[in-house]
Amino acid sequence: MIKHLLSINQLSREDVLKVLDTAESFREVGTRVIKKVPALRGRTVVNLFYENSTRTRISFEIAAKRLSADVINFSTSGSSVAKGESLKDTALTLQAMGADAIVIRHSSSGAPHTLSRWVAASVLNAGDGTHEHPTQALLDLFTIREHFPSFEGQRIAIVGDVRHSRVARSLTFAMTKMGAQVTLVGPPTLIPPEAPAWGAEVSHDLDEVLPKLNVCYMLRVQRERQRQQFFPSVREYSRLWGLSRARVEALSDDALIMHPGPMNRGVEIASDVADLPRSVITDQVTNGIAVRMSLLYLMLGGDAKRGTYGEEGVDDSRRESGAVLEEAGETEGASRG
Amino acid sequence: MDPLADHDGVMDVVVEDETISSVGTVTAAGSKADVLDCDGLILAPGLVDLHAHLREPGFEHKETIETGTRAAAAGGYTAVCAMPNTDPVTDNVAVVMEVRNLAEKAGLCDVLAAGAITRGLAGESLTDIAEMAEAGVRLFTDDGRCVESSRVMRLALEYAKAFDVVICQHAQDPGLSEGWQMHEGYYSALLGLTGMPSEAESIVVGRDLALARLTGGRLHVTHVSAAQSVDLIRQGKVRGLRLTADVTPHHLALLDEDLVTYDTSLRVNPPLRSADDRKSLRAALAERVVDAVATDHAPHAAEDKEQEFDQAPPGTIGLETALAVVLTELVGPGRLSLIEAIDRLSVRPAAILGLDEHGGPLTPGRPANLVVFDPTAQWTVGDRPFFSMARNSAFTGHTVGGRVLHTMLRGTFTVREGEPTR
Repeated sequence: MIKHLLSINQLSREDVLKVLDTAESFREVGTRVIKKVPALRGRTVVNLFYENSTRTRISFEIAAKRLSADVINFSTSGSSVAKGESLKDTALTLQAMGADAIVIRHSSSGAPHTLSRWVAASVLNAGDGTHEHPTQALLDLFTIREHFPSFEGQRIAIVGDVRHSRVARSLTFAMTKMGAQVTLVGPPTLIPPEAPAWGAEVSHDLDEVLPKLNVCYMLRVQRERQRQQFFPSVREYSRLWGLSRARVEALSDDALIMHPGPMNRGVEIASDVADLPRSVITDQVTNGIAVRMSLLYLMLGGDAKRGTYGEEGVDDSRRESGAVLEEAGETEGASRG
Repeated sequence: MDPLADHDGVMDVVVEDETISSVGTVTAAGSKADVLDCDGLILAPGLVDLHAHLREPGFEHKETIETGTRAAAAGGYTAVCAMPNTDPVTDNVAVVMEVRNLAEKAGLCDVLAAGAITRGLAGESLTDIAEMAEAGVRLFTDDGRCVESSRVMRLALEYAKAFDVVICQHAQDPGLSEGWQMHEGYYSALLGLTGMPSEAESIVVGRDLALARLTGGRLHVTHVSAAQSVDLIRQGKVRGLRLTADVTPHHLALLDEDLVTYDTSLRVNPPLRSADDRKSLRAALAERVVDAVATDHAPHAAEDKEQEFDQAPPGTIGLETALAVVLTELVGPGRLSLIEAIDRLSVRPAAILGLDEHGGPLTPGRPANLVVFDPTAQWTVGDRPFFSMARNSAFTGHTVGGRVLHTMLRGTFTVREGEPTR
């Protein structure tokens, strides 16, 4: 498995399936009374969150703790960063403290790439600027797979501000990699003209696209974008590209409604739509923990070749997904944490 | 090699005091003569840089005139035009004199201070162009900033006509460059970095050409980066406008796709653009649609460049690598001949700046401003410490061919055997 997860494009089709299959095993852990396996016991995982994020940070924290790792949460308010410490100095400090993995969320695209040049730890991108959010794409794939076992030929629409969305990029790359057909929908100002080169189709007409979909994925639209005049008014945006109750009727019966959160109820998605059973938005959250456990385990766990910066990560050639829990130390007994 | 005197052959050059005393064959050197064997090397007029940021006064933590001119000499330069976005801005004669004095004291390279077009670079009111011209300023620019107002640009071009100076524009439309981080295209969309389209440059170039036509003024477009701009400049020259342009070594060599690693050394203004743009720039330099190579040497403190990509200031140093990059990327692959390269690096820039003492010809009686270089010597950028105070080179780690051995300023070595003499 790769040493750093900076972009979903680093993962092959086989890598993606391995992550998802491993996550299947870990999902079961979340249903037990004692939700713990000792796989990463004694390892240190740092959550370096320069952007406020409750959801993703807690998800990574729970994932690491369920693997028995020690977790440090580094948020920027009230810390040395607020006093002006540079990313580089923060990185060197974490390195000196022996972090094994650094999960970073940052408002600058490329910050995880830059960080990976300064630390020996594995770097996981938890969202960088408008670039990528690879773990979100993976948990979305996991959620979709619960309903549609094969990605090949599936039709997914990603609707909204694609231009500024790291989720849209990662998900588009991931879905096309797995053989699905992605259509990006939104106003022309919010869809980069280069998007077709990613293997996606583009449409500005949501109603036309809806009936053929397996998955309708709504992106959050920031009010800031209206101030920047990417669209003239929230009213117009919502009318043309919002998922209303009426539009839901146009979806086929088994189509899924998804959203990475947090939602702007009433803007990109009507409030009652968000709460429909076919909206799997809360499942996405649950699955996030299993997928993140899977990634941390595959990147750090077991036969990790540790040591000098730049070496390949885990030698996981021995792992089969069915044997994962056993290898993760399960044989010590689930009752011991 | 001497484009102006049309020399291209093996000769002996004799220098006495500050001037060349003879060029040809010397049968016997005098006993006190300092003889340099330049077998296999190229001797050419010292290089001239139209565009370098020496950062002094005001930003001495990035570079000083002393360290900048040492870097220039190491790169084979005998004259450099220093940009006015200093602190205080070079918008009056006092700062011009300060820059000149500091350069003379360092004694490594002639420095021609450029003057600002507008006071404080604010883009509103013209500086005392005549007074600065009398003090020897030949090029006026607000570089770093674009002169946005058509009214001000028109007036500058018109007023400056009375003096033998050139108005130089950094073409960047503000409305199309908000929050920009790199060239707008496939890679900016892929990397999630805000793009600045070629139009941000070409729109201003087009407007300025129209103003040059209207006023009959003399316009220079610096650091051209886009094929669109090249096309406009070509048309402008066909129409007989008084127009010149320069391109940087990094725009001749590198592309937007090189930014996939988010390496801040590649963050420059104007940004590195697409393969089509680079192809157009290379052809334009060969055709002399773009007249000269200028480094846009832009030193920054290490801590400023070692940041998140969108926090790092744009710029790359370039004085020490310009010759090698041009030789490697253009001359080697046959896109430009060696004598044409020397023309673009020395003769044309000297002509644009009206620097009579530089750019050749290398004939008896002329000032001995020379460079001797080995066109084949391979080296890796960053292997040796830079003479510049700064380290932010877009070419760090690249292997290039072409090494300066000696640089001579008015008969005195500023660089000898690859080492600065002061």
